[in-house]
Amino acid sequence: MLIEVNGESKEIDRKISVREFLLELGANPKVIVVELNRSILEQSQWNNTVLKENDKIEIISFVGGG
Amino acid sequence: MDDKLIIAGHEIKNRFMLGTGKFSSNEMMKASLESSGAHIVTVALRRVDIKSKNENILKFIPESCIIMTNTSGARNADEAVRIARLAQAMGCSEWIKIEVINDNKHLLPDNLETIRATEILAKEGFIVMPYCNPDLYDARRLKNAGAASIMPLGAPIGTNKGLKTKELIKILIEEIDLPIVVDAGIGRPSHAAEAMELGASAVLVNTAVSVAENPVLMAEAFALAVKAGRYAYNSGPGAIRDTADSSSPLTGFLR
Repeated sequence: MLIEVNGESKEIDRKISVREFLLELGANPKVIVVELNRSILEQSQWNNTVLKENDKIEIISFVGGG
Repeated sequence: MDDKLIIAGHEIKNRFMLGTGKFSSNEMMKASLESSGAHIVTVALRRVDIKSKNENILKFIPESCIIMTNTSGARNADEAVRIARLAQAMGCSEWIKIEVINDNKHLLPDNLETIRATEILAKEGFIVMPYCNPDLYDARRLKNAGAASIMPLGAPIGTNKGLKTKELIKILIEEIDLPIVVDAGIGRPSHAAEAMELGASAVLVNTAVSVAENPVLMAEAFALAVKAGRYAYNSGPGAIRDTADSSSPLTGFLR
């Protein structure tokens, strides 16, 4: 099924939780915040939230800025 | 003398605030923050680039600093609110700099959207520091919306042109009963000193420090200039005159 990750579409081939998905991407859970379909998804929800077709996920982190 | 800067009930220990953008490395940023002595430090939020290894920038900010998230990248009030909530979800402090820009050429802030975002976020308990064009009526609206300070621009972001809006900032300092923090456009320590001599409560600088050849030294130069400007303001400078006024006695040397 297709999902959208940071604005780019991505194919995933199985049922997968948000936590597993992030780990497979190589994202560091300590430094990111995740939005699923425009709502903030707390870390405590990452395990029991399973990605589904057309989900839009945003992975955000702090960067330098003025 | 007792000259504390209080914003939203918090004592801010340094009137020089520093942004963290455009440093050549996190280590350079850290060293510059340390030499600046800044108490309020700004950061931004962006999509993670999965392919690149992302270091946690917050690890490079001294623990004594207040980390204020900038909503840069927001094009309207709703996006600014969204960014503020994301920062909150990351466990960051409630300090938020609202920056709403939808003109990518001049990077000037959209005051109307900024006022809207200020109203929403102040109600949610954020300490809101809005970056704005120095307009008296909008500054009053921002205050009524719950802003903790007003951050008028000296000149467009990153231009290093100094206090091009000086006369308007002066009006805000006189009329708005909130700390006025001059943000953007300050390119030299002398510009920062000038803002402080006018009576600004603080200045926020980023580009002028981060792109200097020696950012660590420039950060310290700015911190000293801000302090000097504040001392000058507090000491009540003499009037500017059109005619000369001898500083030595006007009598001749011997008679």
